[in-house]
Amino acid sequence: MMSCDFNSLTIHDLLEQLRSGETSSVEVVQGLIEAIGARDDDLKAYVSLDAEGALAQAQEADRKRAAGEDGLLLGVPIAIKDVLNVSGQPCTCGSQILQGYVAPYDATAIAKLRKAGAVFVGRTNMDEFAMGGTTENSSIQVTRNPHDLDYVPGGSSGGSAAAVGGGIAVAALGTDTGGSIRQPAAFCGCVGLKPTYGRISRYGLTAFASSLDQIGPMTHSVRDAAILLEAMAGVDPMDSSSVDQPVPDYTAALTGDLTGMTLGLPKEYFVEGVDAEVAASVRAAVERCRDLGAEILEVSLPHTEYAIATYYVIATAEASANLARFDGVRYGRRAEAGTDPIDMYGRTRAQGFGPEVKRRIILGTYVLSSGYHDAYYLTGQKVRTLIRRDFEQAFARCDAILTPVTPTAAYKIGEKVDDPLQMYLGDIFTATVNLAGNCAVAVPCGKTATGLPIGLQVIGPDFGEAQVLRVAHAYEQSGATS
Amino acid sequence: MSWVATIGLETHVQLHTESKMFCACCTGFGAAPNTHVCPVCLGYPGAMPVMNGKAIELTVRSGLMLSCEIPLYSKFDRKSYFYPDMPKNYQISQYDMPLCQGGGVDITVDGQHRRIELTRIHLEEDVGKSMHFKSSSGVDFNRAGVPLMEIVSEPDLHTPEEAMAYLAALKQILLYAEVSDCNLEEGNMRCDVNISIAPAGSDTLGTKAEIKNMNTFRGVQNAVRYEIARQIDVLESGGRIVQETRRWDPDTEMTSSMRTKEDAHDYRYFPEPDLMPVVLAEAQIEAWRATLPEPPAARRERLVSEYGIPEYDAGVLAADKRVGDFFEEAARASGNAKAASNWIMTEMLRLLGEQEMDIADVRVAPAALAELIGLVDGGALNSNSAKEVFAELFAEGGDPKAIVAAKGLTQVSDSGAIEGFVQQAIEENPQSVEDFRNGKTKAAKFLVGQVMRLSKGKANPKMVGEIIARLLS
Ligand SMILES: [Zn+2]
Repeated sequence: MMSCDFNSLTIHDLLEQLRSGETSSVEVVQGLIEAIGARDDDLKAYVSLDAEGALAQAQEADRKRAAGEDGLLLGVPIAIKDVLNVSGQPCTCGSQILQGYVAPYDATAIAKLRKAGAVFVGRTNMDEFAMGGTTENSSIQVTRNPHDLDYVPGGSSGGSAAAVGGGIAVAALGTDTGGSIRQPAAFCGCVGLKPTYGRISRYGLTAFASSLDQIGPMTHSVRDAAILLEAMAGVDPMDSSSVDQPVPDYTAALTGDLTGMTLGLPKEYFVEGVDAEVAASVRAAVERCRDLGAEILEVSLPHTEYAIATYYVIATAEASANLARFDGVRYGRRAEAGTDPIDMYGRTRAQGFGPEVKRRIILGTYVLSSGYHDAYYLTGQKVRTLIRRDFEQAFARCDAILTPVTPTAAYKIGEKVDDPLQMYLGDIFTATVNLAGNCAVAVPCGKTATGLPIGLQVIGPDFGEAQVLRVAHAYEQSGATS
Repeated sequence: MSWVATIGLETHVQLHTESKMFCACCTGFGAAPNTHVCPVCLGYPGAMPVMNGKAIELTVRSGLMLSCEIPLYSKFDRKSYFYPDMPKNYQISQYDMPLCQGGGVDITVDGQHRRIELTRIHLEEDVGKSMHFKSSSGVDFNRAGVPLMEIVSEPDLHTPEEAMAYLAALKQILLYAEVSDCNLEEGNMRCDVNISIAPAGSDTLGTKAEIKNMNTFRGVQNAVRYEIARQIDVLESGGRIVQETRRWDPDTEMTSSMRTKEDAHDYRYFPEPDLMPVVLAEAQIEAWRATLPEPPAARRERLVSEYGIPEYDAGVLAADKRVGDFFEEAARASGNAKAASNWIMTEMLRLLGEQEMDIADVRVAPAALAELIGLVDGGALNSNSAKEVFAELFAEGGDPKAIVAAKGLTQVSDSGAIEGFVQQAIEENPQSVEDFRNGKTKAAKFLVGQVMRLSKGKANPKMVGEIIARLLS
């Protein structure tokens, strides 16, 4: 059997090998399952594997290829965050409350990948219901950072980031509500794209905050992110918030240079609180972009300071309703019958949800409750409009904006568990983009002295994925990333 | 002291759509539990609602029929509360921007005409149905997600009779608009009532109670009557009305407290992020307006003026749009509106009632009734035979002429033939002949009956009478 180096194997290279007959999907999937077996005891990136199903899909892909067929992802194994419904597979969302739930349908993004020939190997760990930035809020296991096992992989898509960064996935899907793709990608040294709201259907993505959630790729290369985006993007009749915009050939946008592009640096993002090593790496990346032909100018996003408060009002409000359905009546875990249904709900939810989820449900219930609704929820919506306007004004002057992904690199497991507020502040550079609805990609831009990855964020306007991928790709190809 | 009641109604009407409000599941009634369900209407993780355009159209259509204002922009909101029959534990409804605003319903009580103002009409999804067994409970989600229109009246009604008249008029208009089957047994139309009482002449309203769980119009009337009496009783015995929700028990015919204001829900409304706002084009609304039927009240007036039928008959015929349509078609085809009205009112509606049938199942075509009327008017059929033909038409359908031929019912208007039957009757009944000559009218009727018997009912009764009179004079 061929032994693949999954530390660097990209979708792009794998497809070339599959097309040339150098390897087969079955070989790759078997190799991957072995690699997971060898490494995942330490990383704990996967919460479940479907080796049998994956091998069957790989066999089918090989059969098709032998018959002369091809596909955008024919025979390529993809790891899936455990928040997306894949027909016939569990979907725990990192929670005890979905114990025993088996998805009866495919999310639209999954159906599209399936149609493109992707193979679903396993499900990756996450903070419970995508609430958290370390994956420590998973009720199943604590995932570790592949660059240092004592450190968090980030979150909430920490399992996907650790699997890709740790060489036990070719690529993975994550979801991003306030930075949940970009922040773990930065912490684990991989590429993570949050597409524009409406670019990829949310149908089948277990909702945390419906007006902020997006599915996106987490990959070894920017090109791979472009390939996966193209496979999943497009309007979906099952998701009214998906947008009917043409899906361009994203890989064609990867020219390798930045000539003629104007990149903005928001003055509010290079401030106190940003770790010196992070700031230095990002500034070096900015200089590299200048060398690649980009013009750099300062822009302003003045409402950034309100982003975290706004984000936690809107996200928790929506979450409090979205998570109401987990009551033990129709699926998942149910507490013993009580005196009446409301009593049963109370005990099911008390047992089934972890502390962070409970905290956010209570917060969200509070900000929507009568008497407080206007002060919190309505004000939050107004600030959101202002934040969106900040970006519109900035993008009138530049093609993309460069920022750090996070104020610091990864921190130690347990370090911030008891300080949720400190953890919430780590979302400052990412959550702003979810509130505005536009797109952003995280790409590795060096490491700290102790060897922990640092991420550069390239933010684009609505449906500006081709632009941000072009910038990230040119930077990545310039060879300065590690 | 005399008291005045103030009553407002919230009427939930299930819209007549093929599929549910936010998914493709069938809305059919009476299927095995949980067979019309999918991830969306079961509230599965990740499932998302998609708006049913037909439900929007039917709600706007209702609003136009009820003279509502139709805003060009409206939206859906989440209304949160926990209940086992609600899959997501929030209901997708409309909070501050409903599809229809204002409007009114005209009623007549004891000859007095009044217009009951409407507050709004909004669209929401229905919930499932809880079922309770010996040691457990279950929920049937077939109904969950069925489009439900809520029509809210102003507190503009004052008596149980007005409430009843309002509901009857509303039902008639909605049936005319063909937006709902309005079938109360199937739960197509359900109603909550708000009632308060205040001393006559007072310009402030009393504390209101909301009453739920009435599933017939009669139930609404009885519940309103009971609740008014109860509130008067409480106040006159020195008590105080508390704001609360009360349940009507149709068996005991009493209301009882369900929950007071203190445990009232905080619904925490916020805009549904999974749906886009509803933006209607003026042209679209006008196109829908152009397809509206004539409202029942206008039709009643027109039937009187256009066809010259009595007001009472017009009321009966216009009560059901389909009966009215049947009448107008038969009246126009026969040119004899009075006869068409009589046939429908005395025969067709009676037989429908006796056989518990719906007009939709009627086998008589309006054209066939017109033909039957023509046969009578042309003297080819006497009225007894015509009734026999109608009975056959009602039972089997078909063509009146063919039935007349098959049954040999063509009226005998040949005076020679009738004279033969009269001669025979005179010979067989000398006593009656004598009585007739002595001026006993009963004898004349008897002789006519004998002739009809001898002719097997086919003789033209008018001619029979004339010939008897001529031969015996
Ligand atoms: Zn359904």
